[in-house]
Amino acid sequence: MTTGDPLLSLGDRSSFDRPSIGSTYATSASSLLEDSEYCLTRTSDVNDSEEATRSVGDTNCLEKPPSKFSTCRASRKHFSSAESQFFSQFPLEFPIPDRRRLVTWGAMELQNFNSDSAAFEISRATTPEQEKLSKSQRVCHKSVQFEDNQLHGKSPRLIYIDDPRRTNDKYEFTGNEIRTSKYTLITFLPKNIFIQFHRVAYLYFLGIAALNQLPPLAVFGRAASLIPLLLVLSVTAIKDGYEDWRRHRSDQHENNRDALVLQSGKYLAKKWKNIQAGEVVKICAEETIPCDMVLLGTSDSSGIAYIQTMNLDGESNLKTRYARQEVASAVSEGCEISGLIRCEQPNRNIYEFHANMEFQGNKFPLSQSNIVLRGCQLKNTDWVIGVVVYAGQETKAMLNSAASPSKRSRLEGYMNRETIWLSVFLFVMCFVVSLGMGLWLIRHKDQLDTLPYYRKIYFNKGRDNGKKYKYYGIPLEILFSFLSSIIVFQIMIPISLYITMELVRLGQTFFMIEDKHMFDSSSGSGFQCRSLNINEDLGQIRYIFSDKTGTLTENKMEFQRASVNGINYGTSLPVADPLHEKNVAGLGKRKWKLKSEIAVDSDLVELLHRDSSGDERIAPHEFFLTLAACNTVIPTIDQDTSSSCTESELHDKVETISYQGESPDEQALVAAASAYGYTLFERTSGHIVIDVNGENLRLDVLGLHEFDSVRKRMSVVIRFPNNAVKVLVKGADTSMFSILADSGMDDHVRSATQKHLSEYSSQGLRTLVVAARDLTGEELQQWQYMYEDASTSLTDRAIKLRQTAGSIECKLKLLGATAIEDKLQDGVPEAIECLRQAGIKVWVLTGDKQETAISIGVSCKLLTADMQQIIINGNSEDECRNLLVEAKAKYGIKSPTKQNHSLKWKKNAENDYLEVPGSAKSFSVQQWYAGKKGVTATTAPLALIIDGNSLVYILEKDLESELFDLAISCRVVLCCRVAPLQKAGIVDLIKTRTEDLTLAIGDGANDVSMIQMADVGVGICGQEGRQAVMASDFAMGQFRFLKRLLLVHGHWNYQRIGYLILYNFYRNAVFVLMLFWYILCTAFSTTSALTDWSSVLYSVIYTSVPTIVVGIMDQDLSHRTLLKYPRLYGAGHRHEAYNLQLFWITMIDTLWQSLVIFYIPVLTYKESTIDIWSMGSLWTVAVVILVNMHLAMDIQRWVVVTHVAVWGSIVITYGCVLILDSFPMFPNYWTVYHLVKSPKYWLTILLITIVALLPRFLFKVVQEIFCPSDIQIAREAEVLSKQDEI
Amino acid sequence: MDVDEGSGLRDSTEAHRIPRRSRWHEAIHQFKQQTLPACKPVLTPKWVITTFLLMGVIFIPVGLITLRASRSVVEIVDRYDSECIPEEYKSNKMAYIKDSSIPKNCSRFLKVYRRMKAPIYIYYQLDNYYQNHRRYVKSKSEQQLLHGLKFNATSTCKPQESNNGRPVVPCGLIAWSLFNDTYAFIRGRSELKVNRNNIAWKSDRDHKFGKHVYPFNFQNGTLIGGGNLDLSIPLSDQEDLIVWMRTAALPSFRKLYGRIEEDLDADDVVVVKLMNNYNTYSFGGKKKLVLSTSSWLGGKNDFLGVAYLFVGSSCIFISIVFLLLHMKSQRSP
Repeated sequence: MTTGDPLLSLGDRSSFDRPSIGSTYATSASSLLEDSEYCLTRTSDVNDSEEATRSVGDTNCLEKPPSKFSTCRASRKHFSSAESQFFSQFPLEFPIPDRRRLVTWGAMELQNFNSDSAAFEISRATTPEQEKLSKSQRVCHKSVQFEDNQLHGKSPRLIYIDDPRRTNDKYEFTGNEIRTSKYTLITFLPKNIFIQFHRVAYLYFLGIAALNQLPPLAVFGRAASLIPLLLVLSVTAIKDGYEDWRRHRSDQHENNRDALVLQSGKYLAKKWKNIQAGEVVKICAEETIPCDMVLLGTSDSSGIAYIQTMNLDGESNLKTRYARQEVASAVSEGCEISGLIRCEQPNRNIYEFHANMEFQGNKFPLSQSNIVLRGCQLKNTDWVIGVVVYAGQETKAMLNSAASPSKRSRLEGYMNRETIWLSVFLFVMCFVVSLGMGLWLIRHKDQLDTLPYYRKIYFNKGRDNGKKYKYYGIPLEILFSFLSSIIVFQIMIPISLYITMELVRLGQTFFMIEDKHMFDSSSGSGFQCRSLNINEDLGQIRYIFSDKTGTLTENKMEFQRASVNGINYGTSLPVADPLHEKNVAGLGKRKWKLKSEIAVDSDLVELLHRDSSGDERIAPHEFFLTLAACNTVIPTIDQDTSSSCTESELHDKVETISYQGESPDEQALVAAASAYGYTLFERTSGHIVIDVNGENLRLDVLGLHEFDSVRKRMSVVIRFPNNAVKVLVKGADTSMFSILADSGMDDHVRSATQKHLSEYSSQGLRTLVVAARDLTGEELQQWQYMYEDASTSLTDRAIKLRQTAGSIECKLKLLGATAIEDKLQDGVPEAIECLRQAGIKVWVLTGDKQETAISIGVSCKLLTADMQQIIINGNSEDECRNLLVEAKAKYGIKSPTKQNHSLKWKKNAENDYLEVPGSAKSFSVQQWYAGKKGVTATTAPLALIIDGNSLVYILEKDLESELFDLAISCRVVLCCRVAPLQKAGIVDLIKTRTEDLTLAIGDGANDVSMIQMADVGVGICGQEGRQAVMASDFAMGQFRFLKRLLLVHGHWNYQRIGYLILYNFYRNAVFVLMLFWYILCTAFSTTSALTDWSSVLYSVIYTSVPTIVVGIMDQDLSHRTLLKYPRLYGAGHRHEAYNLQLFWITMIDTLWQSLVIFYIPVLTYKESTIDIWSMGSLWTVAVVILVNMHLAMDIQRWVVVTHVAVWGSIVITYGCVLILDSFPMFPNYWTVYHLVKSPKYWLTILLITIVALLPRFLFKVVQEIFCPSDIQIAREAEVLSKQDEI
Repeated sequence: MDVDEGSGLRDSTEAHRIPRRSRWHEAIHQFKQQTLPACKPVLTPKWVITTFLLMGVIFIPVGLITLRASRSVVEIVDRYDSECIPEEYKSNKMAYIKDSSIPKNCSRFLKVYRRMKAPIYIYYQLDNYYQNHRRYVKSKSEQQLLHGLKFNATSTCKPQESNNGRPVVPCGLIAWSLFNDTYAFIRGRSELKVNRNNIAWKSDRDHKFGKHVYPFNFQNGTLIGGGNLDLSIPLSDQEDLIVWMRTAALPSFRKLYGRIEEDLDADDVVVVKLMNNYNTYSFGGKKKLVLSTSSWLGGKNDFLGVAYLFVGSSCIFISIVFLLLHMKSQRSP
């Protein structure tokens, strides 16, 4: 307990003593209720209890023994008696067994269900849970996450409502000002430099610069040696500074927004940054919430508010939040609000909130449902009033804003491997120099004193006479020689390459973003690069892991088919033909206009409007009534003002209606019902109003059994105006057919519906079964009694509610079934086909059920008719093993690696198989292969279909390698019913076992773990918010852009960066080797013939721009060719642009070129009067021309910019040399002016360039003519065909 | 299947809609879409053969001309360091060179084998002398050479920056080890006139060596490194020093001593009266006297010509090989 504690208990007691006995009782009772509710929801929801685990951890409650709900009560007792203990006890209610059940795999949850559950469950209803799960587990992995809470968890935070001064008096809570920027003007320099030096490369730089400051080693001028480091540092600092400035600006914008704050009795505008904890803020509709607030009141009398949490968790649906009834009524009466809120210390968990509130002497708990968080938007609610509890940096949104982990590209990893080779070369060269130095010193030991060019002793008349000058004995001289040669050869390690690569990637990113072919005009979202480090990985992707919903499909549910009363409707939907229009007009005046039009089946419409009142009409009527009524969708009505005049002339009043709900399936169903004339347009907690063909039908909702994952259905009990009571149910087919009434008459309908269902399912549609039944008064009474009991029950409420539901959800009359289509996105099949041809394996990981997954697989050409499908869905470890082994044996798949290991496993598995009785055989491998059975097993491509249930066993146990062997030999892998973390697990399976690069693509928060796990994560900016985008490295609007991203940009980037690295290695090595050869001619004394400035400017100015330009703009093939021949992508898989062999070839070439560049001038100027600076000048210019010509030779696409860069940098080099030679204080004064006068100089440079490049050119020519690569062939074809056209 | 086609179509319709986009915008657009008009070189056999042939055609004449220029140069080289030691000191060269009482004069006879046209350049050549040693190269003060005693920060000159507590001008090892052999040339009876002016770069004389800087306290140490300087002549006029201080790039180098501005005929015998002062015996350096004419390409050096000829002919050879291969492969399919 912190210092605040004694005060707290004092205050508590006083406040607690004041109210009368009755009110005390009421308080405790209500709080008891509230909290036990809380318990129940926790226990019923496995996922949530996982989060509870965390919060329990926060508050040190784990020590207490878990005794389920008794603990709950116990804590309640504590609560009423010992107030101060409340916060340590409060979260105790979470039973530990539940926590245990949730080990690492979120998919264990699936164990509870049947393996093939209903379609409804697949839909959005499960997703929020999964999202939560994924998030919480991700969060759990970060151990640091909650340690701050553990430290402060005990002391609550006190918020005095509408009394910010008192609130902030003692604790100084942070204001609402946010700061996402890293630096201020003052801290920028030290902090930025500190951060920059975290890079090893910079430390190397610094080390070299420091070495150079030592007196015996000063090889370069001291200032000159610092230039590269300073340049690099300042470039990065400017970049960081600019980014930070932008952050400052956005912060400022954010901080200066206005909000209405209660100030001296009125709501006045106040800047966000000035809002303090404890203040009361009013938010109007559509406004963004400025800080975390506890709701006090809303425009709705029942205290309900709807918010959209898109910015927070990426879920686009509306969520309900409540103001406490007690407070809300006080607020609506206009009373002055004052009270005290005790809440936990700020933490990151957006799904938990623990607090209690003292208001007018009452005390009640507050939970997650009472708080609105910063960044959310208020929707469908005119206004809310809330008190600020967390502000600014302490808000949950700010605490959650963490950058996605940075990734390193694969190529960079290889590059580092070769950098080690380069350091070996460096070491060898330094060793040779120092060894030579040592030998030379020993040989000339006796002469050193007087040697004119060494003279180590003073021979002056004076005090120095006889002393040694800069001579420390042979061993030390050797050491110094070693160190100084490191300084001279430092650029052998191409530090500048890191900077160059960053700039190049930046440029590549620019082109990717600007590519209009990757711009999604329908949503207006362009391509985004969120990670700058892995551009080139896009060219080597071998595995794509794709989400299905929202990624392959549009996640726009469309009501497609219906089976009503055993009759199939919607087989041929008219697409806005005039006849259909007439039909619709015939419907009478439509009052309601939907946001999107839905095609309706005319037969069904006709049936609905037939005046017959027979059984024929009743079933469809009830069917659509159920669709309209049995849901949790909230209708919102916008007055239609801007729509076309003609329409408004026709209809008196057209109102646009839009539906908001947690599940898109429900929205689709309600919209469909509306299209058929059953428009839901009003919903309150007690009733709903449905417009049935123009008549308003007000239905009282007596009770609602929400969807849960055990029942897999939902039901409403509704009283009709004529007092008839009905229960309307919709749910998954598996759960519905068992509770239908057993009457012989329905059998026909039933079998027909079942047939339709399987037909829908095979077409990739999501199915739901709809049923209803009348309740008799007796049944109703009994149910009402049970329902009341259950919903007010303190213990086992979920179970009781389920029982209650069960009591009425029986003997139902089947009305029909619905089929909703989740439409494929544009171009998905083409893109997948193209990617497959490119040698990329596309795996689909989906939460959908198997049949849906397979049908989607078929429709997006993932599965083709000639494939053999291996289906694995086991319910135990043994079963899974058998299935795997059987499949492997059948198709002759052998483990490529670890043969011993897998052999052993196989034996084990076989033994197990013998032991397991026949039951497992029912799960035997199924296959369809165009009539034939397994004859051509080895030739036909395989498709593996595996479900999440099996994956639980496989990934948890040691079967991973079996699965891996099987999976990689399959062309397609479909995983259905997988939990978010299993997705990551599958990605990890490939990532850890192969060298191949993986890409994960998804749009929802449930894909986040997968996106972060894969080497490259791609987010789709889709329906499900921005969570996936935030976690991704690249984001785009449509799946089909992936084709272009990988095949075109990936290929280009890979080729460019691969060449860039090799070229940079060469460029620096040729320079260093040239210096090295010269040093061998200077008695190993590390003299450089080049001036200091030339050495420094070489990699900074003389040769840097062309590499960058080529790295950004060069293309080997046009995008047309690349898209036309996807196989060209294989170059990346084969590591064609960068591999060890190429590295060694480059190094040998480098050696040759350095020898040429050294020896040609030496031989030309042998025994001449040439001085060291002239020679240096010649070498400088020669090496620059050489490396630029080398580059020019390799450029594959010359555009204006390339010309400017290459020739320009040679010109600039001359310019620099001329300028440097014009300062009389430099020893190299005027040398170049002397040199250029002699033809010998020019002839030498020409000779160097030609002779040095000749072998490389020859090699290129021979390779291209006699053994061309795919790329070269395609290139030749492309260029020559174009020439022919011209 | 080719999505690109469709989008290309869209492009054209767009272009129709906005018929006159400015050229600049068009270029920017193409730049962003990476479709700028470009030249894409492809190594076709035809192109390769032409390139090699062209290179050969250029290189061989250049080589021939270069070689001819080099061959036209007449060069007489005479190594005298070992010859100019009296017989009795042959075994102890150091004693000879260090003893200032022994006369150092020596005569050499050079026979002109081909007619040499004026100007005939006189060089001295030193071998195995590391003027490019790091300690040596740095051992001077640019500022002092320009400003003389006014400039005191001469730490780079160590161990030759001061003597007897007073600064040395010019300081440093380079100046200290100034070459001091002298040559006089006699043909027949008359002495050949040697022009010793303008042997150093004009830029050096004008801007690197001070016009009002006079040698000071020079060569006063206990160890004499080389030549002395006339204290009354400013540094900018001490051309031997200026030449010497442009340190050579390689351990075997020549430096210009002067010019004979008379033609020498074939079979002329030139007697060289030289003073063998400079000590190269301590480290086994060789001293040579070189008389050489000059061509547009400089001195005598066949390397460049030979290299050009070699490269040129190999290019021709390669192009022929490729041509044959190309013809064969064209015939065979």
